[in-house]
Amino acid sequence: MQELRNIVIAILAGATFGIGLTVAGMTNPKKVLDFLDFAAIPTGGWDPTLGVVFVTVLAIMFAAFALQRRRQAPLMAERFYVPGGGEIDAPLVVGSILFGIGWGLVGLCPGPAIAAMPLVGDQWLDLVVFLVGLFAGVALAVVVKSAKPKAA
Amino acid sequence: MENFLPLNGFVGGLLIGLSAAFFLLMSGRITGISGIMEGALKPEGERRGWRIAYLLSIPLGAWLAVALAPGMVPAVRLPSETALLLVGGFIAGFGARIGNGCTSGHGICGVARLSKRSIVSTVIFFAVAALTVYAVRHLA
Repeated sequence: MQELRNIVIAILAGATFGIGLTVAGMTNPKKVLDFLDFAAIPTGGWDPTLGVVFVTVLAIMFAAFALQRRRQAPLMAERFYVPGGGEIDAPLVVGSILFGIGWGLVGLCPGPAIAAMPLVGDQWLDLVVFLVGLFAGVALAVVVKSAKPKAA
Repeated sequence: MENFLPLNGFVGGLLIGLSAAFFLLMSGRITGISGIMEGALKPEGERRGWRIAYLLSIPLGAWLAVALAPGMVPAVRLPSETALLLVGGFIAGFGARIGNGCTSGHGICGVARLSKRSIVSTVIFFAVAALTVYAVRHLA
């Protein structure tokens, strides 16, 4: 029963997330790269759309976490699965650098990459290549992380 | 700034935020897409059902957006160099999981709850991505 509830909530959240990414244009790598291209500001080629998305989402999530902190448990599960505050360590820094390079090279991060599946038209094979790389990278990280004892 | 779509950004951001807030307050979980991918790949991990359902629902939502409001959906253009796509995908996926989060988990949820780790991660990956774009577009 809990499993079924989790799946229904995941479908609603995932589909809304996919609609939002698509409407925001974040499924289009060019829009993301045009935001990250700060050197284009003086020439007028900069695209601030991603900034609007980010600030809007952050405002809602500030409110959501304020609500969350006042509650013992979520409405449809036993407890909150919110990570505790760990230290800033080498894996965090190295991982963030690598993620930034990959994101900056192609303009796709994990959510938009799968959201783009019905949107790419004749570029479907290009997207498949990216997704193969993405999942291979995630899988390798799982192997690397399980090979060494978990940091406290 | 002829490509700036503030209304799309605002409406899309509203939907992304409501989705992440709903997921947090209903299931108690962080919307972190690379983390959900990791959990979906782990054979022995906790239940995979909802994670696979979540991942499959993202493109379903994208398809719905096109079906319901085609005028609101901007065109999608990918780079087409195979090696760039493969390597970019690989290091983005590997880096996100070594650093335990990507744009959604660290960038949105982590920053919104003022997690020190997430703020550091988000500043780093935004800066590195911007430097990468600068190198590709203005130095190459």
